Amino acid sequence: MIPAPFRHITVETVEEALAALVEFGDEARLLAGGHSLLPLMKLRLATPAVLIDISGISGMDTVQVDGDHLLVGALTRHRTLELSDLVAREAPLLGHVAGLVGDPQVRNRGTIGGSIAHADPAADLPCALVALDGVVGLRSVTGAQREVRAEEFFTGFWSSVMEPDEMITHFRIPRTGSAGWAYEKYTARAQDWATVAVACVAGRVVLGAMSDTPLRASAVEQAIASGATAAEAALTAHEGTNPSGDLRASAEYRAHLATVLTERVLLRSGYGI
Amino acid sequence: MSTQEWTKAVTVTVNGRRETREVEHRTLLVHLLREQLRLTGTHIGCDTSNCGACTVILDGAAVKSCTVLAVQAHGHEVTTVEGLSGPFDGLSAVQEGFRQEHGLQCGYCTPGMLMASTALLSEQPDPSPEQVRHALEGNICRCTGYEMIVRSVRWAAEHSDGATP
Repeated sequence: MIPAPFRHITVETVEEALAALVEFGDEARLLAGGHSLLPLMKLRLATPAVLIDISGISGMDTVQVDGDHLLVGALTRHRTLELSDLVAREAPLLGHVAGLVGDPQVRNRGTIGGSIAHADPAADLPCALVALDGVVGLRSVTGAQREVRAEEFFTGFWSSVMEPDEMITHFRIPRTGSAGWAYEKYTARAQDWATVAVACVAGRVVLGAMSDTPLRASAVEQAIASGATAAEAALTAHEGTNPSGDLRASAEYRAHLATVLTERVLLRSGYGI
Repeated sequence: MSTQEWTKAVTVTVNGRRETREVEHRTLLVHLLREQLRLTGTHIGCDTSNCGACTVILDGAAVKSCTVLAVQAHGHEVTTVEGLSGPFDGLSAVQEGFRQEHGLQCGYCTPGMLMASTALLSEQPDPSPEQVRHALEGNICRCTGYEMIVRSVRWAAEHSDGATP
């Protein structure tokens, strides 16, 4: 399979990338690692006329401490997060989850910015970012910068609040340190998307693939806060969810998995024991 | 838009040789390797980033060459299965391991398996069987059931003598 014809242009700065986004408008897509976009283009589900290759922008693939947060560049590859001692110490859920994305070849290319921008509700990093109460840093061609909480960033399947003339520059992720955390995903095959995933850190519980965005399991969080056991709290995991049925699983089975996986992450995170 | 704008010259160092070719912007790395450089050891299996038959090493890291544009490899170094060599009658330890432990049957997935295993051993010279299995999650084999592939990689780990696998 070969993508429809397009023009590939390279940029070296965020300003150049944003100017190109304005110049080419809806016709253009940003290319970083390409591991969400290129598969879609090969299937002709996406047919951009121009790819703006931002992988050469320097200084956007690092992780550093910024007060109570980690500042993670949008071009940071999953593999970098997986291997980072700093991430393992300060936001261990992030490093762990990055190490479970796809397979090693995917993690060697894919970037956190690409995964979040793609906004797949069954993907690992969107779920983890919401659980961590992370913030998405955006910039537009006017120079305007804004930061959006991950919880408010995702608006639907493959959709977010990002405007066409904006790009993700960074993420700010709270340093959760030693707070209890766990991540569980059920996959049909080793490298597959999650049939259901559950992330827990610092008392926040988030479900992946149970709706068209990652979803806070508010009922579970409240149950834990009021002293329920993990098993009792997990029974409320499906509340407010809207899982779809597809080849991987029926909606009923997804609701069941959410309960089972939620109990596991609560126990491993040290809640409701 | 003239056709000129749909193509560009890319220079990639493949198996130690600098190669420059004119490619369409949409050309995938695997097509540059197979069709323009005639390095047909790299296979196309699923063509959807799942099976790993097209795995090559790009700047030291295993990647699926069906999901990398040729233009993204411009200025970078690629190693394909043709670039493997070593002290085992010309074969690398990983290649010889697959021979010794019968790590293949039909052989279609083998180039990808060899490249993913080579990348693994360059980072982790002595992986446990469990670590080998995780490192090969992106490579699908429909013949062997993986057991002999894991043994093959372990053979290579035990016989590389600290040299580049």
